[in-house]
Amino acid sequence: MEIDVVQWSSAEQSQGREPKQNGKPHFYDKLIVESFEEAPLHVVVFTYMAYGIGTLFGYLRDFLRNWGIEKCNAAVERKEQKDFVPLYQDFENFYTRNLYMRIRDNWNRPICSAPGPLFDVMERVSDDYNWTFRFTGRIIKDVINMGSYNFLGLADKYDESMKTIKDVLEVYGTGVASTRHEMGTLDKHKELEDLVAKFLNVEAAMVFGMGFATNSMNIPALVGKGCLILSDELNHTSLVLGARLSGATIRVFKHNNTQSLEKLLRDAVIYGQPRTRRAWKKILILVEGTYSMEGSIVHLPQILALKKKYKAYLYIDEAHSIGAVGPTGRGVTEFFGLDPHEVDVLMGTFTKSFGASGGYIAGRKDLVDYLRVHSHSAVYATSMSPPIAEQIIRSLKFIMGLDGTTQGLQRVQQLAKNTRYFRQRLQEMGFIIYGNENASVVPLLLYMPGKVAAFARHMLQEKKIGVVVVGFPATPLAEARARFCVSASHTREMLDTVLEALDETGDLLRLKYSRHKKSARPELYDETSFELED
Amino acid sequence: MDLRRVKEYFSWLYYQYQIISCCAVLEPWEQSMFNTILLTIIAMVVYTAYVFIPIHIRLAWEFFSKICGYHSTTAN
Repeated sequence: MEIDVVQWSSAEQSQGREPKQNGKPHFYDKLIVESFEEAPLHVVVFTYMAYGIGTLFGYLRDFLRNWGIEKCNAAVERKEQKDFVPLYQDFENFYTRNLYMRIRDNWNRPICSAPGPLFDVMERVSDDYNWTFRFTGRIIKDVINMGSYNFLGLADKYDESMKTIKDVLEVYGTGVASTRHEMGTLDKHKELEDLVAKFLNVEAAMVFGMGFATNSMNIPALVGKGCLILSDELNHTSLVLGARLSGATIRVFKHNNTQSLEKLLRDAVIYGQPRTRRAWKKILILVEGTYSMEGSIVHLPQILALKKKYKAYLYIDEAHSIGAVGPTGRGVTEFFGLDPHEVDVLMGTFTKSFGASGGYIAGRKDLVDYLRVHSHSAVYATSMSPPIAEQIIRSLKFIMGLDGTTQGLQRVQQLAKNTRYFRQRLQEMGFIIYGNENASVVPLLLYMPGKVAAFARHMLQEKKIGVVVVGFPATPLAEARARFCVSASHTREMLDTVLEALDETGDLLRLKYSRHKKSARPELYDETSFELED
Repeated sequence: MDLRRVKEYFSWLYYQYQIISCCAVLEPWEQSMFNTILLTIIAMVVYTAYVFIPIHIRLAWEFFSKICGYHSTTAN
C-alpha cells in the first residue's frame, strides 16, 4: 500500500453538536492524503549489504581491541569484573561502538545562537575518528535551520514584544524553589492555566515544568493495575515510559491503523482480563497528534467513533501538533473540525510551537482537579519557572490574537503554506517523503548509512544548512531518514535555497528514489496572442 | 578535455561505490583492506570464468546434441 487516501466527511459525525465558542462549527469534507512509499528493491538490498559490511568490520575491530592490538576507547569492564556477566556485549553496545561512533560527528552539534530561522554552529573537528572532539574556535555563521522545532518562529532572540518577560523576571526571579503542592503555585501559573483552557476550548488545564515528565508522571496517576492501555506502535518514549510505570497491561496496535485498534478493542471487551476474565477497569487509547518520525497525523475521526462504540478513553499527545496544525493552530481536533470535549485527555508541550518548555494536560474540570491532587509531578517536581510561564502567556495571546494584532493567525497560515509548498516541491523532485501533506515535520528517506553521513556533512559544510538525520534505533534499521521541520519564519527565499541545495545533493548522492515522480516544472506557455486559423 | 570528463565520471562512480557500500565511514586502512579483498574476489571470479566457461559450454553442447542426435536416429 503506497498512497493511502481516506475519504472522511465530518457532516455525519457532528450532527447534534452545539456550536463551538469560537464561531460556527466546521462542516467540511476532508481527504486525508498520506503516503508511505516503499523503497525500490535494490535500495533495500544495498542498505542491508552496507550494514553487513559495517558489522563485519565491527567484529574485526572488536577482535583487535580485545586482543590488545588496538587501543580501546570505548567503555570496558575493569580487570576484576572480567568474570562477571558481561556489560557491553549486547547488540546495542556493539552498534554504538562500531557503527554509530564512525558517524557521530553529525549529532550533538553545539550551537551558539538562538534557534531561529538562521543560527550559528560551532565548528568542531576530531583527530581520532570521532572518539574525541575539539573546537577549532571558529563559528559557522548563518546556517539555515531546518532542524529546530520552531514551528511558529517564537523561539528567537529578544525583541520588544518580550518586554513583559523582563518585567516578570524582575518581579518573580528565575526559580520557584518548590513543588506545586507546597509553595510553588504562583498566580502566573493560574493565569497560564486559564489561558490554556481558553485556547483549547476545554474546561480546565494544568501545566507542568517538563514535557517528558508530563507524560511519564501523569499516565501512572490515571491508570493502574487492572486497566488496559492500547498504544500506537510508534509512540514517543515518554508515553511508553508512563504506560510501563503505571503497571497496566499494554497492547500495541499498528501505526495509525484503525482496523488493528478495533480488533484489539473487541478482544479486550469480549475476553476481559487475561486469567480471571473480569472486565477491564479502564481502557485507555494512547495516540499522538502528529508523529514526528513519520510526519503522519492521527486518524482522529475514526478513533473517536471507535472510542464511543467500545466505551474507551482517549489520550492525545499533541506535542508536535498544538500551534502547528489546524486553521487557527488549536491542534488536531480543530484540524478535523471536531469538538475538543470529545477527547478525554488532551496533552501537549510548550517546547515546540511556543518557544518555552513544559507541558500541559487539559480536559474536564474533574479530571484536572484529580490530577492536581494525585499527579506525581505536582507532588515532587518543581513547578514551571515564572519567565517561562510568561513567555507561554505571551505566545498564547499572540496566537489567539488577544494582543490586538492578527500576526499570530498570519504565522499559523504562513506555516501551513510553507509546509504545503515544501512537501509538494520535494515530491516533485522525486524524493521519498513520508506522512500527511499538512504535517510540518517532513521525513526524507535516505536508507543507506553511508549516504546518511555524507548527506549531513555535505549539507552543513558545503551548503550551510543544518539538518537533523536520524538512524537506528530511533527508526527501523533500514529506514534512516533526514527530518526537516518547516517553520513559519522561513521566508520563501530560504525555502528555495534549501530546495535547490536538496536538489543538488539528491543528484550528487542519488537520493531520488521515488517512482511517482510528477513532471518537472512544466514549461509555461509564453504566447500572449492566439493565431486563429480561419 | 574528454579525459578530464572521463576522470570526473570515474571519481563520481568511485564516490557512489564508497557511500553505498559504507566505505565512506571506514578508516583509510579499512578501506584499503576492503578494496583489496573485493578486487581479489572479482579477479578470481573473472579468471575462473575465463578458464572454465568455454569448456563447460562445449561439453554441454556436445551432451545435448548427442541426445538430440540419438532421438533423430531412432526416429528415422
